[in-house]
Amino acid sequence: MADINVKINGIAVSVPKGTTVLEAAHMAGVDIPTFCYMKEINEIGACRICMVEINEGRGFRLVAACVYPLAFEGTEIRTNSPKVMDSRRKTLELILSTHDRKCLSCVRSGHCELQALCNEMGIEEENTYEGDKPVYEIDNSAVHMYRDNNKCILCRRCVAACAKWQGVGVIGANERGFKTNIGSAFEMGLGETSCVSCGQCIAVCPVGALSEKDFTDQVFAAIADESKYVIVQTAPAVRAGLGEEFGYPIGTNVEGKMVAALRRLGFDNVFDTDWGADLTIMEEATEFVERFTKGGKLPLITSCSPGWVKYCEHYFPEMTDNLSSCKSPHQMLGAVAKTYYAEKIGKKPEDIVVVSIMPCTAKKYECQRDDQAAAGVPDVDYVLTTRELARMIRRAGLKFTALPDEDFDNPLGLSAGAGDIFGVTGGVMEAALRTAYCWLSGNNEEVVEFHEVRGTDGIKRSTVTIGETEIKVAVASGLANAGELLRRVQSGEEKVDFIEIMACPGGCVNGGGQPQQPASVRNFEDLRSLRAKALYDEDAAKTLRLSHLNQDVQKLYEEYLEKPGSHKAHEILHTTYVKRTIN
Amino acid sequence: MAKKTTVPFNGTAEQEAKLYEIIDAHKDDPGALMPVLQQAQEVYGYLPIEVQKMISDKMGIPLEKIYGVVTFYAQFSLYPKGKYNISVCLGTACYVKGSGDIYDKLQEVLKISGGECTADGKFSLEACRCIGACGLAPVLTVNEDVYGRLTVDDVADILAKYE
Repeated sequence: MADINVKINGIAVSVPKGTTVLEAAHMAGVDIPTFCYMKEINEIGACRICMVEINEGRGFRLVAACVYPLAFEGTEIRTNSPKVMDSRRKTLELILSTHDRKCLSCVRSGHCELQALCNEMGIEEENTYEGDKPVYEIDNSAVHMYRDNNKCILCRRCVAACAKWQGVGVIGANERGFKTNIGSAFEMGLGETSCVSCGQCIAVCPVGALSEKDFTDQVFAAIADESKYVIVQTAPAVRAGLGEEFGYPIGTNVEGKMVAALRRLGFDNVFDTDWGADLTIMEEATEFVERFTKGGKLPLITSCSPGWVKYCEHYFPEMTDNLSSCKSPHQMLGAVAKTYYAEKIGKKPEDIVVVSIMPCTAKKYECQRDDQAAAGVPDVDYVLTTRELARMIRRAGLKFTALPDEDFDNPLGLSAGAGDIFGVTGGVMEAALRTAYCWLSGNNEEVVEFHEVRGTDGIKRSTVTIGETEIKVAVASGLANAGELLRRVQSGEEKVDFIEIMACPGGCVNGGGQPQQPASVRNFEDLRSLRAKALYDEDAAKTLRLSHLNQDVQKLYEEYLEKPGSHKAHEILHTTYVKRTIN
Repeated sequence: MAKKTTVPFNGTAEQEAKLYEIIDAHKDDPGALMPVLQQAQEVYGYLPIEVQKMISDKMGIPLEKIYGVVTFYAQFSLYPKGKYNISVCLGTACYVKGSGDIYDKLQEVLKISGGECTADGKFSLEACRCIGACGLAPVLTVNEDVYGRLTVDDVADILAKYE
């Protein structure tokens, strides 16, 4: 479309016709605050915090910048006039009139979008509009999170994330007017619904209404307990996100400092879930080659993402046989830690506590599932999100930026580059294909990169030719995309042999447990690609890039599991699924 | 806050067939949910979870989205009408004569909120606006029977007539 010239606070800027005021202002270097707006999925112009004055030739009037398209040459916009400021302040004061203002004890204090904006706008009085306040019970029915509607500002970002990204839609706006509240059908607790625990709602919440169930106190207590041997492991995506909590640019890999911080927190071992990822590849690639060559159930679908697994159980129960029976990497590592490693160090499994630091809230639910207890005790005792780890580091008084870079402990700390990229959509597929390629071609050390399965597209497809064999693969991230792909597979429109699915759009790097970025960042930066790059760079810089060449994984098989897919491997590293209904 | 009705669901196979017919007739229309809900309420008289679930499954719309629409519009009810539907006039004349207290008393005695139905399906309670009997204010109706010039103390006697 043709460009038009407009002026924003007197700054001339040329933009394509149809550009919103918000986008045009961003181009001109002007920030306009937003609450409800989320690019592409929640363009509803409802919260009215982004009001600006616009003159299209008939005098200035107030419009919502996030959804107002620029149409006329010479349009003038004011984003910081007294009238605009007055409008924003009133909106904030009205939001505050029903807001639970216990900021001091709020999990979001210090990085709450509402708090920050009140501060910016110079709100001096919290009680401008005193009156009735709805009082809501906190919903703690879900295993992984809380909803405290007393802090909800009704922006509906969580609703959009659940319905549009994830195609789940178990939360929405109920009632109307003053009684409007975000909840589930028939006032069911979230735990009673078919919520998949992905936590995308938490990741996009601007305030403290949604938060993960915090287990930092329990973990501090376990560390302090002399009778416990406490092992910590970190998922690949954590190192690509944690830095954001300490002021590093998005996409900074802080692996070394993270390991140092964990050691200083007092964990007895600091292991790498990437090692578990390499082990997963051994089992899953074996499972795939087995099914592919012997006519087993295809397509095989990855099972690393517990949000995806739960979605499959609820929404595609007829496809649970397609799921790989492999436990997810951190559950595998936990299982090995409490069996093989426990024997090595002479500890009883019940005296070992395994803590997983994950970019994920669904893992909190996963570690409590049935059939995730190889040694008769849970493989993993506590799952903390990246955000909870940041809280622990701050609470312990560690100056993160000043920490040295340290390495993971062995023997469950060495990993191939293939394990690193498990945190990105397409990464599990690429890791599996690298190994399958070597096994099927007979060239055990050739590293082949699979670029067609990289990138942030919701659904990616590729045909891989190894010798005479053609393998059709597909990768989906974001459960709405996964649902679309699976419906096509079920209807026969699409034939695929191997599918990777990650619940969160872009994969674990954009998981529901990652640091929360405000709308001002989310709407203009590509979080998924920036964080993904950190992991692809780590992979590219390694000499060891193939999971099956990981010596410590090889040693585990030699000393303990015999071979991939063995009876013992199945007992320790594999799991089962259930069929559920939609609620 | 709205919640699930405790009156057992008594939907018939004919009603279900009718509901599926309605959904089928609208299956290609964008924004079909509103007319489907309106007609479903005509069939069942109200929209309990069982009916909303059928609509959800058949139309592929999440249950929460349907519930959100149902609780947004006053025209939809989550509760059936009781065998005896009590309607209390909260119009101006009745209200100044104390119908609000009578309405509160009924909610207290029946242990339900306005719009709901007792668990045994006997009484439902609703508020209405002027029924044109201001001379008898405050008034209420039980199905077709009209009661006027009431006080809070009359509530028990009126209910007793329908026991």
